[in-house]
Amino acid sequence: MANIPEDLHYSKDHEWVRVAGNIATIGITDYAQNSLGDVVYVELSKPGDELAANESFGSVESVKAVSELFTPVSGAVTEQNDALQDAPEKVNTDPYGDGWMIRVKMSSAGEVDSLLTAAEYEDFTKEETE
Amino acid sequence: MSSPNITKVTSHISHNESLIFERSQPGRIGYRLPPLDVEAQPLAEIIPPEFQRDDDLEGVPEVSEVDVIRHFTRMSTWNYSIDLGMYPLGSCTMKYNSRLNEKVARIAGFANLHPLANEEDAQGALQVIYELQQHLAEITGLPGVSLQPAAGAHGEMTGVMIIRAFIDARDGEGASANRRTMLIPDSAHGTNPASAHLSGFSVKTIRSTAEGFTDLDHLRELCGKGNVAGLMLTNPNTLGLFEKNIKEICRIVHDAGGLVYMDGANMNALVGVARPGDMGVDVIHLNLHKTFSTPHGGGGPGCGPCCCTKELEPFLPVPRVVKVESGTGDGSLFKLDSNHPQSIGRVKAFYGNYGMMLRALAYIQTHGHDGLREATEAAVLNARYIAHALVSDYDKPFAAPPMHEVVFTDKRQSRKGAHTLDIAKRLIDYGFHPMTIYFPLIVSGAMLIEPTESVGHQELDQFIEAMRSIAREAIENPELVLNAPHSTRIGRLDEAAAARKPVLRWKPKAKADAA
Repeated sequence: MANIPEDLHYSKDHEWVRVAGNIATIGITDYAQNSLGDVVYVELSKPGDELAANESFGSVESVKAVSELFTPVSGAVTEQNDALQDAPEKVNTDPYGDGWMIRVKMSSAGEVDSLLTAAEYEDFTKEETE
Repeated sequence: MSSPNITKVTSHISHNESLIFERSQPGRIGYRLPPLDVEAQPLAEIIPPEFQRDDDLEGVPEVSEVDVIRHFTRMSTWNYSIDLGMYPLGSCTMKYNSRLNEKVARIAGFANLHPLANEEDAQGALQVIYELQQHLAEITGLPGVSLQPAAGAHGEMTGVMIIRAFIDARDGEGASANRRTMLIPDSAHGTNPASAHLSGFSVKTIRSTAEGFTDLDHLRELCGKGNVAGLMLTNPNTLGLFEKNIKEICRIVHDAGGLVYMDGANMNALVGVARPGDMGVDVIHLNLHKTFSTPHGGGGPGCGPCCCTKELEPFLPVPRVVKVESGTGDGSLFKLDSNHPQSIGRVKAFYGNYGMMLRALAYIQTHGHDGLREATEAAVLNARYIAHALVSDYDKPFAAPPMHEVVFTDKRQSRKGAHTLDIAKRLIDYGFHPMTIYFPLIVSGAMLIEPTESVGHQELDQFIEAMRSIAREAIENPELVLNAPHSTRIGRLDEAAAARKPVLRWKPKAKADAA
């Protein structure tokens, strides 16, 4: 069973968002990393890039395929997780911790409210697995 | 594994082969240059010092000719190839490459002809190009043909560039700048969005329906925005299903002012039976190295002809090979014609990969009309035979009967831990090349199987029995599948480590240790 922490917001594209003030930290879920398989390369938007909600902020490459990453919230990128360049496996081993991808200074705080809760996301992944 | 009492002089061919660098012995050489018959020049006068190596060729192996021959011959025996057995790699059409076609490609008059020979000295070679164009035009129902593109993705890009040039000419530069959206289904080959992007289009993805077809409502919605330059569609699509609404799809795109490009990767399901031109398609590429049996990969190169409607013909690459009546009335002449001002220009040096054209022409002529249709029918029948036989053991996500290839998933096996990758690896132990895995991307755990017409009834049954056996193993003895392959020289490779920390070149031992 995939790990789905209670305190995060989730998108239907399998990204998670952790909110602290007006800063959102974004990564992919345990369910997503498990479906992708071993992650071998991560490409991310750079600090300063302006992103609109649902826009691509990079891509993640696994042994199976390359998948685009979509930001659930709008704003300017403040930070990217440089550690993933040398250790992309962190996305597999610790998707909600060391495997985080980018931080965004949110331009529209209300956007997170339209995302899925942990319980809603769990139902959504169950539907996808059916 | 070797017995401790035996010191082997050399490895048996079925054993691992050391790197050629490790075979190096000081002083061994594989050549002897004749004495100079001109005055020796100081090296520095010929090559400036900054361009000269100063490491005394460190690490370059010192080996004799026979060392080199044995090394590479041993490794050549490790290959799995279409000449060894079934190669059911979905979307790749790995059909047998007939020896006759190889013989034709080696006819000295063709093989040794200089690419810049005068037209009058190359009439036979130009006639081959012209006749192949005529055949491909008849097979696709699209009269304009260029054989220049070097492979499938190149043919795709040529097709998309033709669409762009046509729209620029039709709408004028200003208006056409607002028509820069290319529609591509979510099941498409990854090269489609790449070709569109490189040609200056932005891509909008069309959803597939639960049944595996293009979602017409979504297509109408996207076409309603008024900025659609075209649609890139594979038919049969990558799920192996024939887009039965193809005429309606073309009509929707045409009504919106766009053009329809068809990816011809799956033409092996259509040749001699149905023609894209009759379905409303404007431009298509073919893969001679798939559908027309010219070799893939190491035996290649490929050839990706582009075929289009009369309307698009002025935009085809130049030079084009044309037939003209000779002035003296003694028959026709073949000429290279570059006088097409609207052409997108040349896309390949000279005329394309000519050896492939000879092979494809030989394939078409040895089959004839009936033979081409029979090959298509056999390819579809073989895929349906597999689809029918394996549906009781593997999850088949789409109900519609497949065309030349069929997609299954690992849904039933993965519950016990055996995933698509494991099933593919286990298939190697049974003596088959694995199928295409994890493609199309929209199918989780996809296994795409394309037997082609080159497989007989007996081998199909052997393949089916192997797949059924693996399905049983996945339930009863999953470890056997999870650790496969067992019968190969080396076992399961760590693909993730290979991708994360690739070792791209050999380094001298001391340096490698120091690094």
